[in-house]
Amino acid sequence: MKSQLTRSHEAGSSASLLEEIAALARKPTRFMEVCGTHTVSIFRSGIRSLLPQSLELISGPGCPVCVTPLGEIDQAVALAREEGVALVSFGDVMRVPGSSSSLSQERAGGRDVRVITSPLDAVEIARGEPHKKIVFFAIGFETTSPAIAAAITEAKRQGVRNLSILSSQRLIPPAMRALLSSDAVQIDGFLLPGHVSVIIGKAPYSFIARDFSLRGVITGFEPLDILEGVVMLLRQIQEGRAEIENQYTRAVQVEGNERARRIMGEVFSPVSARWRGLGTIPDSGLALREEFKEMDVAVSFDIPYKDMADPPGCRCSEILQGLTTPPHCPLFGARCTPEDPIGPCMVSSEGSCAAFYKYGGLS
Amino acid sequence: MCLGVPGKVVTVEGDFADVDFGGVRRKVSLLLYPEVGEGDYVLVHVGFVIQRLEKQEALQTLELFAEIEKAYEESTDEEP
Amino acid sequence: MRHTTILLAHGAGGKLTHDLVNELFLPALTNDILRTLDDSAVIPTEYCKLAVTTDSYVVKPLFFPGGDIGRLALCGTVNDLAMAGAMPRGICASFILEEGFSTKALGQIVTSLKTAAHEAGVLIVAGDTKVVERGAAEGLFITTSGVGTIPEGVDMGAAHARAGDAIIINGPIGDHEVAILLSRGEFSLKGTVRSDCAPLNSLVQKMLGVSHDIHVLRDPTRGGLATVLWEIAQASGVGVIVEEERITLRQEVRGVCDLLGFDPLYLANEGKLVAVVPKQEAEAILEAMRTEPLGREASIIGKVASENPGRVLLKTRIGGHRLLEPLSGEQFPRIC
Repeated sequence: MKSQLTRSHEAGSSASLLEEIAALARKPTRFMEVCGTHTVSIFRSGIRSLLPQSLELISGPGCPVCVTPLGEIDQAVALAREEGVALVSFGDVMRVPGSSSSLSQERAGGRDVRVITSPLDAVEIARGEPHKKIVFFAIGFETTSPAIAAAITEAKRQGVRNLSILSSQRLIPPAMRALLSSDAVQIDGFLLPGHVSVIIGKAPYSFIARDFSLRGVITGFEPLDILEGVVMLLRQIQEGRAEIENQYTRAVQVEGNERARRIMGEVFSPVSARWRGLGTIPDSGLALREEFKEMDVAVSFDIPYKDMADPPGCRCSEILQGLTTPPHCPLFGARCTPEDPIGPCMVSSEGSCAAFYKYGGLS
Repeated sequence: MCLGVPGKVVTVEGDFADVDFGGVRRKVSLLLYPEVGEGDYVLVHVGFVIQRLEKQEALQTLELFAEIEKAYEESTDEEP
Repeated sequence: MRHTTILLAHGAGGKLTHDLVNELFLPALTNDILRTLDDSAVIPTEYCKLAVTTDSYVVKPLFFPGGDIGRLALCGTVNDLAMAGAMPRGICASFILEEGFSTKALGQIVTSLKTAAHEAGVLIVAGDTKVVERGAAEGLFITTSGVGTIPEGVDMGAAHARAGDAIIINGPIGDHEVAILLSRGEFSLKGTVRSDCAPLNSLVQKMLGVSHDIHVLRDPTRGGLATVLWEIAQASGVGVIVEEERITLRQEVRGVCDLLGFDPLYLANEGKLVAVVPKQEAEAILEAMRTEPLGREASIIGKVASENPGRVLLKTRIGGHRLLEPLSGEQFPRIC
């Protein structure tokens, strides 16, 4: 019964969308899904196996773990090794290899490293364990930063003194601008991140159409959403349009979530940030404002960022920019696997390489 | 980038709501979106409501699951 | 061995556990029986084939909806015997107790063990007790071993799947692991999912009563359904094809997976079995299964093919496909 209902709803609609895609994608076409969660959705639903040969979907830099520089992982690892520290972060980052260790290895080695699923957990842990120094390795994009900001505001309001933040947050539109400014990248359109857009709305993407004459569709994460997003991009091409459209209307308001942006702005200010694969991009990261500076790790710990080169042979940088695909990396599947990753594209469940390794590749 | 899950608000208590996701409940912060009431459908990310969903649209997904679940339970005998 | 220290992931039941067994334990201990690495060892004797198995239980929390460590310890070992088609003849239970552990809690656990044994129709015939210092055991650990006899003509194993076979499962997946997760209260989630922990030997005997030609029985515990399917594909050198829409999940389990970003195909089960059977026997076996309480929701989820040997293909809800790899490491909750 259950399977019949699912099938009739989804398979029916997907069939007609796929037909339209096949009809519209006659010439070689490349779209970039900016967001790592889209990459996972695409692979899990098997969409790649259903698209025509002429249509290529490439993964962009919207994977917080993939674009986090080695040096920041090293900082987190070093902090986890400090006396009296409990390092907390989201599960996504646990297995990312730094230059010598990862957070999950530190935990196996007996360090106090904990996985949280909400920034408020960090505050609660700090309150409940006043004798420990809680360090929150805060990763994420605009979807997550307002929540992190709200938690920090709460911590201050509650007088929590033992919480420090290692901010590793990044902003999407500046990264897209940097990507588009490079001549190497050839893209016909973007599937724009649905949940980042819930926060920022539609306006921040208008530069894509205005300055680069390119198109983007804000897209949801169900298989049907993604297929619809692709259809909308293809229709734009066919009709000679380059616009920003919203497929994810059930969740994304054109104006975004204004309160969330305000709270984010009260706690954080945009700063220059390093992106693995894209280099340093101005105003693409977030740092604590003056009123919250006492919570910065730099105040309580002397563990500065040290730039580390990518492991030799690793082509994560190019993969993140959409310049090549995982099978073209000599380490892929051979020396670099999900159990033993060399670069973050393999370690992150949403990294191109992990997604490709687990979900792609069949005779 | 980011898992956002639709759920239904069961109760509201100050800055928090008890949200139901297909039978699982989570305590969710309203600090980023306080304008929710009981019965609203919301999108949740890292334990925060980030948007209220139009009932019509949210139901498209949630109701379908409820229909499916109901049909499933009717067609099999559940163990006590 | 690439790793110099044991990681928690080595106990997760996926690829790293496989590597540990293959690179450290097997080279030292290997023999033809051990090498099959089935749920139970099958030892031929002059009288009949014996199934022998052992398992340790370290679950936290000790008590969870649907069971406790005692029930788990009994069912886990009975089920390993059942997967070989064996009738369990005796279970041994060894307890490692932490100094300071509540004797009342211990009593509850032992009662659970007894109740589960009664359900399975098996006796606890031997046991042992040790006590370790406070802090060395987190309450208690239980190790159970079991011996069973395999009826004449029954010969199952992960390497026995053949092209054309049907793949059956007896119900929805993910209940046990989600019940444990919820009862740990780690992620501010509240739910009513109960572990599916149950002894499967009666169900298996019913199935064998209808057909002695069942090729494979495996219970998808740690590593989940995907890992077990992969093990079968690898051991038998066949391709496995399963359909996503035929694999069922309780709504709450789906909700937890959505919230934490888990893939339900990798969640542990303790009352489920995967059966690989000749196509022509499938209907009869299903009918027999559905007369048993633990088999009422039995259904076919896929088939065995000769294409893509060693690999598992999932046909997705929208008609696409993807490969299923075994679980690598632990599943961490994701936010992205």
